[in-house]
Amino acid sequence: MHHSAHDNADDAEGAKVIPLDAARAWRASGVDEEPAADGDCLSRLLSFLRRRVTGDYEVDEFGFDHELTDTVLLELVRPVYRHWFRVDTVGVGNVPDEGGALVVANHSGTLPIDALMMQVAMHDEVGRRIRLLGADLVYQLPVLSHLARKTGHTLACPEDADRLLRKGEVVGVFPEGFKGVGKRFSERYRLQRFGRGGFVASAIRAGVPIVPCAIVGAEEIYPKLGEVPLLSRMLGVPYVPITPLFPWFGPLGLVPLPSKWMIEFGEPIRTDEYGPAAADDPMVVFNTTDHVRDVIQQILNELRLRRGHAFPPFF
Amino acid sequence: MTQTVLVTGVSRHIGARVASVLASDPDVASVIGVDTLPPWGEGRSYDPSGRAQFVRVDLRSSDIADVMSAADIDTVVHLSLVSAPSRGAGRVSMKEHNVIGTMQLLAACQRSATVRRVVVRSTTAVYGSSAHAPAVFTEDLEPADTPSHGYGKDATEVEGYVRGFARRRPDITVSLLRFANMMGPGVESPLTRFFTQPVLPTVLGFDPRLQFVHEDDAVEVLRRMAMEDHPGTFNVAGDGVLLMSQCVRRTGQPSVPLPSPAFRLLGEAARRAGLVEFSPEQLSLLSHGRAVDTGKLAAELGWKPKFTTAAAFDDFLRARGLPGGLPLAVVDALSELVRHRADPRG
Repeated sequence: MHHSAHDNADDAEGAKVIPLDAARAWRASGVDEEPAADGDCLSRLLSFLRRRVTGDYEVDEFGFDHELTDTVLLELVRPVYRHWFRVDTVGVGNVPDEGGALVVANHSGTLPIDALMMQVAMHDEVGRRIRLLGADLVYQLPVLSHLARKTGHTLACPEDADRLLRKGEVVGVFPEGFKGVGKRFSERYRLQRFGRGGFVASAIRAGVPIVPCAIVGAEEIYPKLGEVPLLSRMLGVPYVPITPLFPWFGPLGLVPLPSKWMIEFGEPIRTDEYGPAAADDPMVVFNTTDHVRDVIQQILNELRLRRGHAFPPFF
Repeated sequence: MTQTVLVTGVSRHIGARVASVLASDPDVASVIGVDTLPPWGEGRSYDPSGRAQFVRVDLRSSDIADVMSAADIDTVVHLSLVSAPSRGAGRVSMKEHNVIGTMQLLAACQRSATVRRVVVRSTTAVYGSSAHAPAVFTEDLEPADTPSHGYGKDATEVEGYVRGFARRRPDITVSLLRFANMMGPGVESPLTRFFTQPVLPTVLGFDPRLQFVHEDDAVEVLRRMAMEDHPGTFNVAGDGVLLMSQCVRRTGQPSVPLPSPAFRLLGEAARRAGLVEFSPEQLSLLSHGRAVDTGKLAAELGWKPKFTTAAAFDDFLRARGLPGGLPLAVVDALSELVRHRADPRG
């Protein structure tokens, strides 16, 4: 939040100064201002197109395509972040400016829209790229699998988590997994079990801080009232949800309700005091997992109160 | 001390190049190349120095033991691993060639009193390709889905025999090299044939990460492994990865995304028509891709492949004369137009 405000201030100042100087310079050299700026923008677009068409751009070993993510995909998601869910992100100073960190968040919303919003928050407000760890189902599905890789995410497995953390990346996990994202509306804002604590072991091995993160608002986008077990077994997906709008209104039921969102990053929990060997000590791992879970639940409760109504100004 | 080197698979491109580079090394007394076919079958001379000789041996037979004992071999470089069934012979003979051939060779090595170093070519296909696999494989990782057919399965079995051999003869230095897909002007493989098709079928909704090693780098790694002691298993690949979509765009050929069942059917039909081979393992590679970590090799040799994955692929395309295509021409024409408009005098 404060980052973007800061940028705007810069822009406002820039808007006063630079064009005047520039315009003077251009007038002096006898070149018109308009076509030059126009051509510059166009030629940048064309060189972008040329790189894309010839495949001359870089992806990292996980398949992360920075250019595509920044110039296309984030641009598409950003309006949803700003105008549909009106996300307020707080505590951005709690994410380290550099080096590895593990962001651990609650997961909800029937469809994992919260992962997308978290990515925008990290990119726009915190100014770091997040590398999320996803379920293997994601990587079996066509389209979703390569979109996930291209936007910087990878499979939730210790090898990939360790590798990313060693490279000093910010890794994000949703330890509740399907239990969290697919829980009923009546259980909203109640954290589910936190897997086996593999994420804690990875953080300890790498000696990076764990940043607890609470996301409020995703619970209300598709209130899940029930599911169709037969259909989900046939399709091989974890659940087929029934919401107030789906499947009754067909594709219209896929439009998420415009709830008000808040994302908060809590104070980092250090893991470098244990030493890498503690990653193999189940007691340390379990205790840290429980501690992280308690912290997130607490932030979640406070943030939910702070947000107030899910659909202001109606109810 | 000078060496006597046995190189298997010399009638194939990489084997011939390795035999040739070893033959011109002053520390090598002689090179004996073996294969089922003579290397000059395609009019290619691989031995400018005249210190290499060819012996025609069917690796599946025990003749190889006679060759080895007759020549006092001290270094064995085993490159005779076939990556795809040949048109005439088929899968059974490919498997026999790969697995039985390796067993016979290792049996001869185990008996030998002179062999001190064994270098075996394997492939990163042993890691398989799967949605459950980690993004980047290091040498110590097990595959998520063990390859159950084709080249990957053969290589997995070969590696098993090599490990057994290394256990039984701890006095011999054994280097096992897992090469990524080779690329370069002279490489002939299922993947190079795939990229030279006029239309490239891709798996709809998947964009796998691919990794290549340039043939020059592969030859250099094999030369170093044959001349120095580097025991262990090493991944060999160029730096970085290319996505299938990037490869396709670099070729400039049109691509047709097919849903994976259709891809399988078409592959079956194409194989039966004798056009190109599409094995199930290729389908999984073209869906999920694979990348490996090469840090161990770089640390061991103090040397890195000269070609990145992208550079290796570009060199392959240049050699085959496959640059650009229609979309590139359109973009270039547009930018020409813009430059003209922005600066009408220029």
